[in-house]
Amino acid sequence: MSSFWEYANPRKFMRTTNWLLPLVAAASVVVTATGLIWGFFFTPDDFRQGSTVKIIFLHVPAALMAINAWIMMLVASLVWVVRRHHVSALAAKAAAPVGLVMTLIALFTGAVWGQPMWGTWWAWDPRLTSFLILFLFYLGYIALWAAIDDPDTGADLTAVLCLVGTVFALLSRYAAFFWSQGLHQGASLSLQPGTRVDWAYKAPLYVSMSGFVLIFVALVLAGTRTEIRARRMKALVARERMA
Amino acid sequence: MIALLIRDLRLAIRAGGGFGLGLAFFLILAVLVPLGVGPQPAVLAAIAPGVLWVGALLACLLSLDRIFALDWEDGSLDLLATAPIPLEAVVTIKALAHWITTGLPLVLAAPVLGVLLNLSADAFGWLVLSLLVGTPALSVIGTFGAALTVGLKRGGLLLSLLVLPLYIPTLVFGAELVSRGAAGLTTQTALLLLAGITAGAVAILPFASAAVIRINLR
Repeated sequence: MSSFWEYANPRKFMRTTNWLLPLVAAASVVVTATGLIWGFFFTPDDFRQGSTVKIIFLHVPAALMAINAWIMMLVASLVWVVRRHHVSALAAKAAAPVGLVMTLIALFTGAVWGQPMWGTWWAWDPRLTSFLILFLFYLGYIALWAAIDDPDTGADLTAVLCLVGTVFALLSRYAAFFWSQGLHQGASLSLQPGTRVDWAYKAPLYVSMSGFVLIFVALVLAGTRTEIRARRMKALVARERMA
Repeated sequence: MIALLIRDLRLAIRAGGGFGLGLAFFLILAVLVPLGVGPQPAVLAAIAPGVLWVGALLACLLSLDRIFALDWEDGSLDLLATAPIPLEAVVTIKALAHWITTGLPLVLAAPVLGVLLNLSADAFGWLVLSLLVGTPALSVIGTFGAALTVGLKRGGLLLSLLVLPLYIPTLVFGAELVSRGAAGLTTQTALLLLAGITAGAVAILPFASAAVIRINLR
């Protein structure tokens, strides 16, 4: 009976991802392309927003992954703190740049959509503000990883920063809602019935969201593999020097 | 613990430990802002709460890297870590010393600078109260940031990058409290939330800071 924790063994992880990564990468390309092409070319224009509505197929999945990447980093950091699995710490490290780019995509596409719709590139709206703050948290996290030489110290310190940062990111989010009234619409998708988005948009949106999830998984796997290889190279060099 | 507090305060005041530096920075900021945005009283009154809070926050930030840097360099941090008092207490005392040398002077100086920025008369009490309640959180959060970056050369800029996002909730509620006070609106919510952040930070962050210092001393 195999357990999830077996992948804490770098060799097992490398062996499995060796065949898994190309599959996930190919699937992510196919699914994202399907979602985006379907969304961009085969959905009707909105009666009020025209074709600008179609940026939703980039914006919502990117925003989703920007938040989920941080949650994944939080879980991976917790696993590192509790069980000291190196693969977990390296996965958190690999996820941070992906999350940063997702945040940037969400902010950028939001600005491009907001210019014709709200008449402004940027507004100090709570949702926009909390995303900008999330961007700053990603920057700090990545900078701390980059600044520390010893890998274990770096993993420990960034894990603590991730835990503390999560609390403060949530606080900042509520502070932003307290501080300003919003311009951004509410959640586009919800599990409740009486939905606000038509299936003509929802179906490609779900496909595109799955595609972004796959992209994220593929990039994190690739990043983690790179980190493991870099770690091994360092060990080899160190062994050479000892001999 | 009291001995440690007195030692830190003495070091900060005597040995060019940056005592008064934050205060001078705060003063300069309050002078520069009107020069930058123009002397219209209405404009200044509108931005005064925010400027004063951002100024206080940056002034706090300025002296953060001194909290642990000197103790780290001469090895007294190792001695403190092996001392009979828990490291969490050491960290709390360090934060308290930082607050007494940086936060408290800012609280006392803020009303004077409020005059420079044409802060509305109703808001002075709220300004002092908000800084009094909020600056301890700035010191405690800053101590956590200083603990994270203690082992690094040139950690100062990284420290700002790490700490400033953590300061956001305190800043929002603090500045909001003052501007609501200035506008004569109800201030209870902002005050309670600000106090909640301070209480939470003081209760929890020393443990995180101590854990981080243990990692850095390994």
